[in-house]
Amino acid sequence: MFSFAVGSALSIASILLVVVALAAMLIWVERRLLGFWQERLGPNRVGWFGILQVVADMIKIFTKEDWVPPFADKFTFVLAPAIIMIVVLMSFAVIPFTPEVGVIDSNVGVLFVLAMASLGAYSVMLGGLSSNNKYALLGSLRAAAQMVSYEVFMGISLLGVVVLSGSFNLREIVETQADGWYILPQCIGFLIFLIAGVAESHRLPFDIPEAEQEICAGYHTEYSGMKFGMFFVGEYLGLVLISSLITVLFFGGWLGPAFLPPIVWFSLKAGVFIAFFILMRAALPRPRYDQLMSYGWLFLLPLSLVNLLITGAVVLGTM
Amino acid sequence: MMLLFYLAAFVAVIATVCVIVQTNIVHALIYLILSLLAVAVIFYTLGAPLAAMLEAIVYAGAIMVLFLFVIMMLNLGQNTREQERAWLAGRGWILPALLAAVLLAQLLYVLSGVEGMSAPEQVGVMAVGARLFGPYVLAVELASILLLAGLISAYHLARKPGAEDE
Repeated sequence: MFSFAVGSALSIASILLVVVALAAMLIWVERRLLGFWQERLGPNRVGWFGILQVVADMIKIFTKEDWVPPFADKFTFVLAPAIIMIVVLMSFAVIPFTPEVGVIDSNVGVLFVLAMASLGAYSVMLGGLSSNNKYALLGSLRAAAQMVSYEVFMGISLLGVVVLSGSFNLREIVETQADGWYILPQCIGFLIFLIAGVAESHRLPFDIPEAEQEICAGYHTEYSGMKFGMFFVGEYLGLVLISSLITVLFFGGWLGPAFLPPIVWFSLKAGVFIAFFILMRAALPRPRYDQLMSYGWLFLLPLSLVNLLITGAVVLGTM
Repeated sequence: MMLLFYLAAFVAVIATVCVIVQTNIVHALIYLILSLLAVAVIFYTLGAPLAAMLEAIVYAGAIMVLFLFVIMMLNLGQNTREQERAWLAGRGWILPALLAAVLLAQLLYVLSGVEGMSAPEQVGVMAVGARLFGPYVLAVELASILLLAGLISAYHLARKPGAEDE
């Protein structure tokens, strides 16, 4: 029981703990990195380099008054933040971290991740709808349109990798990359997945559902305390998930030269993408809502279809 | 697997009943999503993982999102709840209940004749794909033509009259 194997209790518990702790740590990491890139210090008072800021934030968020507005639909209001945590944590079940660490080896792993991503949209929509607040409603309307649209390109951009590896199983996808990562033949798929991934986790520059300069805080305007905290941590969990997926699908997962153990390779690759997403937040302004939608449907959709078509033709030709 | 099947079927039936008797339309929709997810689990236990995942992605994940999207824009309030409650009370139940009972009796009669239900085997994604684009390719193409027609007519209906490309 106390050995690492795919699906063992130890494996599941450690994945859950590490992933949630990492998401909490990212609150501090993001603020420090943003500070670095914007030539200021960021939180540096509590503990060494401000690392205990996470603890301070946690104490604050746990002890804050957890308020449900009297005009809100209570059942849905409480349900919404739980959905995002559940679906993102469920998605980690199919991610193969190393040859030994993972929860399940599903033959429909890629589809499972897509299904969970599409269910994640409910969290934002129900949160905004149940708040009974016009800013929240605007935010969740935007979120619904944005997430449903970008799901499409996200799915199609992954299919190139699926065609090349011949499997929906994420572990097999990593294993087929032993003689070459899919980033080279699938660079267009990678770029589309990257953009769609940011839009799915609705982070800056695509944080249009919660654009605070336009619509207060969008769908979580009425949330406070730990319910807000769950949206917040859920967003960081989504960031970790997208980074892990990019690592698995396009950068060979745990594969790498043997002088470092597999888990270190995986963390290094995923860490680079987490940092890259934070850099994107620091560097790019937010597009307008209609720009985001037309960019998706008029540019990304045709591009991803052409990419899939060419990949399929090449695979058929070389068979 | 059999236990999972019965559990998921139980959830699906209860959730679907809740969809009908629930007067709050958003809650009814959440029950409908739950029911669709339960059906996805049923597909999985019957050995169809691809159908299960597509049920979750397409029905629970995409179509229901559009339902919710429409509900958001309709701005339904207390009035609709009372209207809904009035419709659900009393004699409206009699005829549908009778018709459903007839169907249930037929179903039970048919099922009681089936013998030797063996545990289903898993059908992989590749096997389904090979079937779809092998013997059933004509049906797939026809369905895609139907969808294309729907897409074009939706585009035509939603286009503002006189507003050409900007």
